[in-house]
Amino acid sequence: MNLSAKITGFCAAAVLALGLSIPAMAADTIKIGVAGAHSGDLASYGLPTVKAAELVAADINGAGGINGKKVELLVEDDVCKPEVATNTATKLVSEGVNVVIGHICSGATKAALPIYRDANVIVMSPSATNPALTQSGEYPNFYRTIASDDAQARTEVDFAINKLGAGKIAVIHDKGDYGKGLAEFAKKFIDESGKAKVVLFEGITPGAVDYSAIVQKIKRSGADAVIFGGYHPEASKIVTQMRKKRMKTVFISDDGVKDDTFIKVAGKYAEGVYATGPADVTANPVTREYREKYKKAYGDEPGAFFDNAVAAALALTNAIAKAGSTDPAAIAKVLHTEDVATPFGMIHFDERGDATGVGFTMYVVKDGKYEQVQ
Amino acid sequence: MDYFVELFFSGLTRGSIYALIALGYTMVYGIIGLINFAHGEIYMIGAFTALIVSTVLSIMGFPLPAIIILTALAAAIWASAYGYTVEKLAYRPLRNAPRLSPLISAIGMSMFLQNYVLLAQTPDFLPFPALIPDFAFMERFAGVIGSSDLVILITTTVIMILLTLLIKFTRTGKAMRATAQDRTMAMLVGINVDHVISVTFILGSALAAIGGMLIASHIGQINFYIGFIAGIKAFTAAVLGGIGSIPGAVLGSFILGLTESFATGYVSSDYEDVFAFSLLVLILIFRPSGLLGKATIEKV
Repeated sequence: MNLSAKITGFCAAAVLALGLSIPAMAADTIKIGVAGAHSGDLASYGLPTVKAAELVAADINGAGGINGKKVELLVEDDVCKPEVATNTATKLVSEGVNVVIGHICSGATKAALPIYRDANVIVMSPSATNPALTQSGEYPNFYRTIASDDAQARTEVDFAINKLGAGKIAVIHDKGDYGKGLAEFAKKFIDESGKAKVVLFEGITPGAVDYSAIVQKIKRSGADAVIFGGYHPEASKIVTQMRKKRMKTVFISDDGVKDDTFIKVAGKYAEGVYATGPADVTANPVTREYREKYKKAYGDEPGAFFDNAVAAALALTNAIAKAGSTDPAAIAKVLHTEDVATPFGMIHFDERGDATGVGFTMYVVKDGKYEQVQ
Repeated sequence: MDYFVELFFSGLTRGSIYALIALGYTMVYGIIGLINFAHGEIYMIGAFTALIVSTVLSIMGFPLPAIIILTALAAAIWASAYGYTVEKLAYRPLRNAPRLSPLISAIGMSMFLQNYVLLAQTPDFLPFPALIPDFAFMERFAGVIGSSDLVILITTTVIMILLTLLIKFTRTGKAMRATAQDRTMAMLVGINVDHVISVTFILGSALAAIGGMLIASHIGQINFYIGFIAGIKAFTAAVLGGIGSIPGAVLGSFILGLTESFATGYVSSDYEDVFAFSLLVLILIFRPSGLLGKATIEKV
C-alpha cells in the first residue's frame, strides 16, 4: 500500500514536472506529435507506438538531440474515432508540431489527414493499412511504415506473373471479408498487369465437405496458377483434392494459410504451396535493439505495430537530421531519397508514401516447413 | 462431355457423404418422429474416435486392413454408446412431452457435445490419416473419381441395402416398423418400445461413426465443428428425399450433391447453396413430405 502510494506519487510528480517543462523549452525543440488510440478498447494498438516514440526520443535526446535541438513528444489520444481525430489533429497543428507519428486506425487517419495537409505537416502512420490513403494521391504529406491491405495481393500477383510466368490465373476466395477483399485486389492487379488473365473468379462455401466440383472447374479453366484468398482449412481441402486429381496447378495463398496447421493437415500435398507472410525481422539488429530496450523499460513484450512505430520514429528523426531543418519539403525529399536503418532493414519511401521493403514476402512449403523464397 | 462426367462424379461423392449421415437422421425420425440434431455430433465423435484409434493402431504396427476394420468397429461401438446415452438422458424422459421439448433437448445436446469435444480435445483442425489407399486400378480415373470417393459410394449403397433389408425382413425391423406406425399399439402387443428405440439410436450412431471415419479420411482433417455443417446438409437431404424413408435419404442426398456440383460447375460456386435450397423449396411445395416420403393424414 505504502509502496504503491509512493509510486503513484512519483508518477504524479513526473507528469507534473513534464507538464511544466514543456512550455519552458518549447522554443528550441523539435516537436513530434504522437496521435492514436491511447485509451478505449483499441488502446492496445496505439500505446506501443507511444512507447516506441518515447524510446527513440530518449535515445536521440541522450545523444544531444537532432542538430542540437531536443526532441519533444506531444502525445494526443484520438480513441480511434474519426470525429475525435479531427480535434486531435487541429490541436497538434495549433501547438506547432513539426511532424506527426500516427494515427493508428485507418478511419481516424483519413479524417485527420486533410487538416495536416492544409497545415503542411508530414504524417507517418505505423499501422493505417487502407490502400487509398497513399494510392489516392490526395495526401502527399502522408507516409506509412506498414504494408497496405492490398500489398499481399500484389506480392502474390507479382510472384505468379513475374516469377512463375503464369498466364492464366484462377482466383478463388472463401466469401469472407479477408479472403474476398484479397481476391478482389488480386483480380484487379492481374487485369491491370496485362500480362495474365483471370480465367476464374469464384467464392466457395467455407466448411463444405468436399470441393471436388470447384477443383474440376479450376482444371477445366486451364489455369497455370490458383490464387486463394482465405484460411488454411479450406486451402488444405482444395490443395489435397487438386493433387489427388493429379493436377499440378501452382497454389498461391496468403498469411491465412501461412500457418503450420496447414502443413500438418495437408501433409505431403502441402509441398510446393506458396503463401505470403510478413518478412521475418527478428534477426535484424535494429529490431532486436529496440525490443530489448522495451523489455528492459517495461518488463514485457512490445505490442502491436511496435516495430512499425520504431521504424516511423527513426525515419522521421533521421529525415529531419539529414534535412538540417524542419522544412516539410526538405524532410520529404530525404524520406523519398535516402535509406534509413529500421527494424525492417534499410527503407525509404516511394512516390506515394509507402515504405519500400516493409511488407510481405513469399514463402514456399519445402520438406514440411515454410521457407522464404529467395 | 468429359466435364459433365467429372461434375457428375463430384456430385455423387458429395451426395454419398451426405447420405452416410442422412441415413441416421431419417431412421430416427422414421421411428420416433424426432429430428435428432445431435446426430451430426455423433458423426464428429465417431471421426475423433477413429482418429485416436487408428493413430494408436498404426503406431503399434498393425497392417492397414486390420487398422481399417478395428477402427471402424471401435468408432461404431464408441459412437453407439454416445448415441444410446444421449437418447436415454435427453430424449427418453421427454417421450410424452410436447414435440417441441425433445427438439430443444436435441439442440442442447448438440451444443453440449460440440463444446465437450472442443474442451476435451482441441479447437484446432487435426490432420486425419488417409485410411483408404490409392488403388492402382483407379489411377486411370484419378482425374475423375478418387479411390476414397469410390469406397464411400460403395459403402453408402451397401449400407442402404442392408438397412432396407433389416427393416423389411428381420424381427427387429418388424418391431421398428410397428413402433413407427403406432407406439401405443406396439406396446400393447408386447413390443419393448424403449428397447426398439435404443436399437435405432445405436444403429444410427454406428452408421454415423463409420461415415465419420470414411469422410474424415477423404477430407483429411477434422475439428469439433465438422458435425454441424455436415449435419445441416444431411438433414436437408433427408427432408428432400422424404424424412423417415431410407431410400429417400439416399436419393435426396444424391440429388442435393448433384445439384450443388452442377451449380458450381456450370454457374458459380457462389450460388451452390442458392440452387440447393431453391430446389428444396420447390420440391417441398409440390411434395410436402419429400420425394419418397409418405403423406400423413393427421386425424383430429
